Amino acid sequence: MKKTRILSSTSFLLIIVIWCVITYGGLVAEIFVPSPTAVIRKICESSADGSLWANCWISTKRVMIGWALAAVIALPCGMVMARSQAFNALMRPIMEFARYLPVVALVPLTILYVGIDESQKYLIIFLGTFFQLVLMIQDTVSGIDVNQINAALTLGASRTQLYKDVIFMAALPGVLDDFRMTIGWAWTYLVVAEMVAASSGLGYIILKSQRFMGTDVIFMGLIFIGLIGLLTDFVMRVLTRIIVPWYKRLGDA
Amino acid sequence: MDKLTVSELNKVFSARQGDVTALKDVSFSVRESEFAVIVGPSGCGKSTLINIVGGLEDKTSGSVMISGHEISGPGADRGMVFQSYSLFPWLTVQKNVEFGLKMKGVPAKERSETALSYIDMVGLNAFKDALPDQLSGGMKQRVAIARTLANDPEILLMDEPFGALDAQTRMLMQESLADITGRTGSTVLFITHDIDEAILLGDRVLVMSRRPGTIKADIDIKLDCKRNHEALTDEGFIRIKKQIMTLLWEEMDVKGESK
Repeated sequence: MKKTRILSSTSFLLIIVIWCVITYGGLVAEIFVPSPTAVIRKICESSADGSLWANCWISTKRVMIGWALAAVIALPCGMVMARSQAFNALMRPIMEFARYLPVVALVPLTILYVGIDESQKYLIIFLGTFFQLVLMIQDTVSGIDVNQINAALTLGASRTQLYKDVIFMAALPGVLDDFRMTIGWAWTYLVVAEMVAASSGLGYIILKSQRFMGTDVIFMGLIFIGLIGLLTDFVMRVLTRIIVPWYKRLGDA
Repeated sequence: MDKLTVSELNKVFSARQGDVTALKDVSFSVRESEFAVIVGPSGCGKSTLINIVGGLEDKTSGSVMISGHEISGPGADRGMVFQSYSLFPWLTVQKNVEFGLKMKGVPAKERSETALSYIDMVGLNAFKDALPDQLSGGMKQRVAIARTLANDPEILLMDEPFGALDAQTRMLMQESLADITGRTGSTVLFITHDIDEAILLGDRVLVMSRRPGTIKADIDIKLDCKRNHEALTDEGFIRIKKQIMTLLWEEMDVKGESK
């Protein structure tokens, strides 16, 4: 465990060292790659005036709301698709079609239909994650042990009880993994949403800075998106351990 | 009185290469409190048979009745024990045993009392709060048996329940099962390919032919000795074993595989 932690920190340190060497060593112009000092200075400035935290918060909020909407609807949808051939036949073609539509190409329509307020951001993130999530959950639910379902049926479980007490519980570890993966994607779609018709958020400040060659702000934005991503992943892992303590995975300590 | 009556049961699987008849005119019945064992070569359709009785597979034609009522789909009246244990890994031993009672809406206190008495019967008192993952194969199967018995089914359907256990554990499990069903007076339909197991446990052994599976012989097991590991060397036991082996041998081809 300790050894893997050292290895994980090493990969991060290495990137920082390379960054220092190419900037302080004058190998790349400051305007393309800002030095760590410049980025830290920027972080201090925007954290002092509160704009950094405001932007982090609004972006996180957008991701969470858009993604949570997708998750809440995708879960029952995927579960029923996995169990009912008729429902699967009905839904699958739509899902497969929709999931290949590039979300960027849907931005104009979303603006046309819902305007440029917050709900448009949620919609973009929803569209980016929902269809994938439904198919992932369907796959997870299809993979649960059929013997557990048979056991429940011969113990007298009704249809509702079967879904609630067995299928949902058996699929939960896999579903939480699906959730964790799609939150990551939600951040990608966030930037898509914030690069068009937004006036706040980490994606917005990154795009805005491009016009002024503000690479220090771009770096800051990227670093914070990455950090929030890491934090989300960590929280999801801890939650998974708390929610499904019985579940052991290969490679878990 | 007959608990289970199977008559003229047929099962045909439709495959791309044509239809495969898995079961052909299978008829038998199991009396109340009787321990009936079905033995047959692998692929003879014995698992298909028990799955049809359990309501997990559809029949092609014929009838399956429990206490005179035709079955439809799976139900709590036919408790099943599977080779793969199939415990719910997120529930403790006690919660697993309570599962069927919870589905029926039995109040928590009564549920807990019933579950604990069956956990006691299978000798797992000390493990009532353990998760299935922490148990050995034999212990898991004990929990599965307790879980099914706690539900008080009309008949216990067991599909090679000890097939995944090592030889010693299997022998212990056979003795406990004989003891438990002796005490509860349960009606059992048990499937195995192990002749010793069949004779040791069964009041009656039904021998199946290779595919298409039919009931080839129906043998009453009367042993003078006690049903434990010592019975394996009893003269009467060996006589019956020879008889069943001959019947099964006729179902094998020369390479020793079932056709």
